[in-house]
Amino acid sequence: MATDSQILIASDRDIVTARQQGRAVALQTGFSMSEATLIATAISELARNIVSYANRGSVTLQPVNGSNGASGLTIIASDSGPGIADINLALRDGYSSSGGLGLGLPGVRRLMDEFDIVSSSGSGTTVTVTKWLP
Amino acid sequence: MQVPILKQGGVLIATIQAALSDADLLDLRTALVQQVVRYRSSGVIVDVTAMDVMDSFASRTLLEISHMIRLRGAATVIVGIQPEVAFAMVQLGLTLEDIPTALDLEEGLEYLQQKARSIN
Repeated sequence: MATDSQILIASDRDIVTARQQGRAVALQTGFSMSEATLIATAISELARNIVSYANRGSVTLQPVNGSNGASGLTIIASDSGPGIADINLALRDGYSSSGGLGLGLPGVRRLMDEFDIVSSSGSGTTVTVTKWLP
Repeated sequence: MQVPILKQGGVLIATIQAALSDADLLDLRTALVQQVVRYRSSGVIVDVTAMDVMDSFASRTLLEISHMIRLRGAATVIVGIQPEVAFAMVQLGLTLEDIPTALDLEEGLEYLQQKARSIN
């Protein structure tokens, strides 16, 4: 089992680094080019949220084994920023508090198999997503 | 990572050659709009063949480029979106709305020429 890798996110350059490393790890894990692109796109959105809302944070890439023997890749995007006051609103398509397209979080949820978000106002945000090998 | 912009007749061709940061995309937007004005171009092709990911920011910036250029009376066409990138874009919910797209540079040029012919 490969080890976890953590990428610190503090600028828009780091978004590119995170998604490129994510793609590389996804390919190593056994994902196809197409699935690796889905994963890289999800990482790009999550890392951009960190830069836009929290200035800094980290993206952790974690190859995982499921209870049913499946393997996959978990991505944890974490920051200590202002947090999300209304998670349901942030997960709604078309909603944006930053003037964006409002596709970030709901889009990431569609790209990945599992999606979990922990956040509250003032205590940062951690988004954990997993893609399983088909 | 600066994106080279080539002038070919009335058309500007911007070929993205590597993964771009958000700042690079905004620089491309500024450069393209300035050059469309400077050269009085009638069309712009943005070749995204080498783009690793088209996320919501890249998509929004391309839309902005296309809209700004349309206000100048010129047309923009995006060429070379890779199949796996297109797949991810659709899952994410990105459509590029009303920007014309073409398979590659050649078809993009053909599209702009047809558009110019239909106006004249």
